[in-house]
Amino acid sequence: MSKKSFMPFVLPALLSCFPAWAYAENAASLPDKGDTTWMLLSTLLVILMIVPGLSLFYGGLVRAKNMLSVLSQVFAIFALVSILWVVYGYTLAFGDGGGLNWMIGDLSKLFLAGVTPDSTAATFSEGVVIPELAFVAFQLTFAAITVALIVGGFAERIRFGALLVFSALWFTFSYLPVAHMVWATGGFLFEKGALDFAGGTVVHINAGIAALVGAIVIGKRIGYGKEAMAPHNLPMTMIGASLLWVGWFGFNAGSNLEANGVAALALLNTIVATAAAALAWMFAEWLWRGKPSMLGIASGAISGLVAVTPAAGLVGPMGAIILGVAAGMICLWAVTRLKKFMGYDDTLDVFGIHAVGGIVGAIGTGIFVSPALGGVGVDGYSMGGQVITQATGVLITVVWSGVVSFVLFKLVDATMGLRVPEETEREGLDTATHGERAYSV
Amino acid sequence: MKMIVAIIKPFKLDEVREALSTMGVQGITVTEVKGFGRQKGHTELYRGAEYVVDFLPKIKLEIAIDAGMLDQALEAIEKSARTGKIGDGKIFVSDLEQVIRIRTGESGRDAL
Repeated sequence: MSKKSFMPFVLPALLSCFPAWAYAENAASLPDKGDTTWMLLSTLLVILMIVPGLSLFYGGLVRAKNMLSVLSQVFAIFALVSILWVVYGYTLAFGDGGGLNWMIGDLSKLFLAGVTPDSTAATFSEGVVIPELAFVAFQLTFAAITVALIVGGFAERIRFGALLVFSALWFTFSYLPVAHMVWATGGFLFEKGALDFAGGTVVHINAGIAALVGAIVIGKRIGYGKEAMAPHNLPMTMIGASLLWVGWFGFNAGSNLEANGVAALALLNTIVATAAAALAWMFAEWLWRGKPSMLGIASGAISGLVAVTPAAGLVGPMGAIILGVAAGMICLWAVTRLKKFMGYDDTLDVFGIHAVGGIVGAIGTGIFVSPALGGVGVDGYSMGGQVITQATGVLITVVWSGVVSFVLFKLVDATMGLRVPEETEREGLDTATHGERAYSV
Repeated sequence: MKMIVAIIKPFKLDEVREALSTMGVQGITVTEVKGFGRQKGHTELYRGAEYVVDFLPKIKLEIAIDAGMLDQALEAIEKSARTGKIGDGKIFVSDLEQVIRIRTGESGRDAL
């Protein structure tokens, strides 16, 4: 790939108006059919990540008595957020919020007002647009997977109704503002130059922190640390992890919004960072605990996918490999040592993999975007400065999501009750909450 | 009439069945069971969470047999199920009061 193809990306004039994830201003351009196809396909791939990918990845990790509860939660959240997104999510995330534009959009496109098959959204290249409806649908899937990811933090003990209320509130008060701040023109972190190619902060750190806060507020599962809580079906988890990996190509390479060389770079990085992280976790576990486990390989792969998300179209393949190795080893440490040390029961390690991997990716992007390290570079790049900007983005997301999540969890707990009764938890949520059983003999 | 209950290693099932049918045993009931004896369990590790698995999978055989065939049957099971390593299992023998074949209503030794 020639350096030239990256040029539009690094030109200062373009970077300053970097309209990527904002409404189009140039209505005269017509969408390219190749770009449009790629965006529609990418949207479908991200849906594949959520149902069935994330549901099966999570579902296999819980006990058999809670399998259907996790599948129901992920599926219902996907459906709920899809509706909220087209009603008010899109306009609040990507609209121009005037005086509040540093934080949130406006309501000018409430119910998708004015969005037609002819309206367009801008991409990273000047004069290149895609159908706005494709952009709306693509972004819908990002909002949905972010909220669905949180489920893993307090799986096996949450009340279903309380979860749906929390999800709608968290989507509104955490996802939308953070997405706006990072991706929309005029957003606070966007204007500061924080780099987040496909959603490391918006999706993974945001969800990971919410899951951690949820796990702490709701408390540990009955018998945690005393009873065996081994995953009930690791082949399901393997299928889910694999679907996540395949779908992630839509997530990362689709975030380029155009079918071109940078999309190919993002796609390749999404292969090699993931492979490197899977190997890193596997070998580290092998050396440290004596055996290379399937769950370790799959968990490592997910940590690599998370870490390469903000970096996908910005770093070179060798940078992506180093990022993957770092994520695999640091996330393994987080889900074993850090988790034990802090004593929280983050059921499916959303914090240890998504927040920690997201932070590794965000900081790593600031380092490996450096042209000297094979990255595409950004205007006026200095490694120290960019790393500080990246760290600022991480910090703001952590604080924002942490505070909003804490308030919302407490609010829902006080009004509806977050946790199921002890009897229900012991019986399992499948029969007690949903009135059905995953497996019958 | 005697009832034999034998706990054996799962992978020894085919050999035991072979040995018993060779000596003329007419029927066996097999159940997958878990339990512990002198053989230690093992540990499983899931993302750092370590679980000690005390109950190991075994196969339970139930064989109703004429008292005259008992010694031969016990020898067949012992020989075919033995590996010489810890965890080979146990055989329990008890008296059997009554046997009824449901289809015909035959009872006692005729029903075996």
